[in-house]
Amino acid sequence: MDILQFVIERFNYWIFTVLMMVGLYTVIARGNLVKKIIGLNIFQTSVFIYYISIGKVSGGTAPIFTTEHQKELKKHEHHGDAHHGDGHQVPTHQDGGHQDTAHQDGSHQGDAHDSADPMTMDLHAGDLHAGDANTSATLTRAGEHHGVSTPDLHDGDANALHAPANDALVSQGGDHGGDHGGEIATKATEFIEPLYSNPLPHVLILTAIVVGVATTAVGLALAVRIREAYGTIEEDELETADNVAEFGVADPRQQQDGGQGAGRLNPGGAQ
Amino acid sequence: MSLIEQLPVLPIIIPLVAAPFCLIIPNGRIAYFYAIAISALTFLSCIGLLHGVAAGGTISYYLGDWAPPLGIEYRIDLANALVLTLISGVAALVIPASYPSIAAEANPKQIPLFYGAMLICMLGLLGVTITGDAFNVFVFLEISSLATYALVALGGRADRRALTASFNYLVMGTLGATFFVIGLGLLYQATGTLNMADIRVQLLENGTNRMVEAGYAFIIIGMGLKAAMFPMHLWLPNAYTYAPSAVSAFIAAASTKVAVYVLIRFTFSVVGADFDFVSAMLSYVLMPLALAGMFFASLVAVFQTDVKRMLAYSSVGQIGYMLLGISLGTEAGLQASIIHIFNHGLMKAALFLSVACVMLRLGVHTVDGFNGLAKRMPFTAAAFIFAGLSLVGVPLTVGFVSKWYLLQAAFEADRAWIAFLIVASSLIAVVYVGRIIELILLREPPEDGPLFRDVDGNPVREAPMVMLVPMWILVLANVYFGLRTDVTADLAGRAAASLIGGQ
Repeated sequence: MDILQFVIERFNYWIFTVLMMVGLYTVIARGNLVKKIIGLNIFQTSVFIYYISIGKVSGGTAPIFTTEHQKELKKHEHHGDAHHGDGHQVPTHQDGGHQDTAHQDGSHQGDAHDSADPMTMDLHAGDLHAGDANTSATLTRAGEHHGVSTPDLHDGDANALHAPANDALVSQGGDHGGDHGGEIATKATEFIEPLYSNPLPHVLILTAIVVGVATTAVGLALAVRIREAYGTIEEDELETADNVAEFGVADPRQQQDGGQGAGRLNPGGAQ
Repeated sequence: MSLIEQLPVLPIIIPLVAAPFCLIIPNGRIAYFYAIAISALTFLSCIGLLHGVAAGGTISYYLGDWAPPLGIEYRIDLANALVLTLISGVAALVIPASYPSIAAEANPKQIPLFYGAMLICMLGLLGVTITGDAFNVFVFLEISSLATYALVALGGRADRRALTASFNYLVMGTLGATFFVIGLGLLYQATGTLNMADIRVQLLENGTNRMVEAGYAFIIIGMGLKAAMFPMHLWLPNAYTYAPSAVSAFIAAASTKVAVYVLIRFTFSVVGADFDFVSAMLSYVLMPLALAGMFFASLVAVFQTDVKRMLAYSSVGQIGYMLLGISLGTEAGLQASIIHIFNHGLMKAALFLSVACVMLRLGVHTVDGFNGLAKRMPFTAAAFIFAGLSLVGVPLTVGFVSKWYLLQAAFEADRAWIAFLIVASSLIAVVYVGRIIELILLREPPEDGPLFRDVDGNPVREAPMVMLVPMWILVLANVYFGLRTDVTADLAGRAAASLIGGQ
């Protein structure tokens, strides 16, 4: 069963491998030049899928600052106090596949007791190390850690589960106002940035797609020129045509045997 | 924002901006002068870079002022400054020599396009060399490769086999590049970065795992295809043979060298030869293949009746020497490799240019064209002889310097049997080069027949000055760097030390 799980968990890699092999086989085994180009395309596409799948963070959205998100922030800004002023920077520090950071300092310390604002919440934009599930320290865990309930956590925002709140800072918040745990959680849903997929591999693949299209275009153009020059795009016929042009026979390897044979037979033929 | 601060990006920006204008230049001759100017400017900026690096150490340039590891970094140390100078220098000499040759071999309407493609090809090769970002290598590699496919296919007017040669090169080259990308993906997945120096840092911190090993293997296979590492060289002989002569001269001197450079870069300063799997790969994969290539390809070269094809097989053999130096895994071996990359570029460019001269006058590049060449085209013949002797490794030429350092590296690594094999394979080079030299010096020119007169039906004359001068500059460079060994050896030695020392 473990093996089955091992296989299924990595289904994207299997797709990549199978497509890659299909493409490679087509390039090698097919004699038709256009089919070769298509095989090459499949091969390249498999690599695109590989790259795209390593950039995917489960539960992550496309790295776009959505209007929905903006509304959410505005709403918060509206009922937030002056301390929040600088708390809402646009998360532009998406660090492609690198550790940290994009710290978003939600509010100031010390407010926990006299205002509803519970804590310094240091939201990470997500450690986007590809496929690393450990990075999403869930709020649920943080909540349990301090023995507070986390009501409404799952409401609305599905990303809440993955909101990578920093354990240490949550505990700091807990020190300040552990009994406001419920509020922490509800606040958190407002503070939460969506978890983003790693955009870097996707961008790389955009480049690679352009390269792939260019290669295909050049390859097909060459196939057209070959067809003009030879009248065929079948590899074995091309080889035959070249051999006929150079040696006068279709297969130069048979030429020697054939030549000797012809040497013996020719006198007979001449008679 | 002075121009000097921006110097590292100039070798890329100048041809990148300039190349598209070739599309709107109506006249081949204007495009020719334009390309000469651009390649000369590029060469000057590369010389400036080499000078700067030799004096002031590694130059790091942040593209768009985005700091690495996020931004793309151009990182120029001695190793790639030497390769940059070689590529742009060969381009700056081959492009001036190319006009008569390409005008005879290609469709006149395509001449501006030819110069555009040459500039793009040069730009791609320079980009591969200069960049410090691993994915950037792939992009530039494909830019240069796409231009090369088009350049090789330009030979289709003279010989339709150029088309199939170009197609095969495209298929093999794309497979190689895609393997390289898979390798990069694995390295990225393991380290989370694409900056070459940063990959090394991450690997040193976190150690390697099988993903890194697999990624490295993919990179070796991909670059091996591009570098025509034996036995993945099958695309090369046809591509070099049927491409227009000027194109052969440029790509033979520059393109495979760049792939070897990338191999060096990934082996020593991205992954690092201090990891066991890398040193095992060097001794058990690269070294046997290098030795096999040295012997097999050189032997095949002996039996060729086409001089360009002979030189192409010889190139595969010479790649073997470069890989052999790498596979020793020592500083001396690496130094020998870098010296040979530089020197082989000089000799092959000169040799292919002299074949281009013969092709221009006689319309053939078979051995028949070389009968009695010394009496008909003495300067071309002498250039071929000098460069050929350099290929063999005769003292006072650069070929000797390469082999001398390679032998020293082999002895230093306690592998005298390798030194023996190097000498033995050089003897094969004596055979295939000597065969042509014998034709040039000792045979009489044909008294009649198709090669009695040149392609226009006139008595055979010497090649035009525009071809002779660049060719002889290359030949003299062969001799100059053969005498002033301290220049290349010193630079290559420091380059090797910095590569091995790493971060």
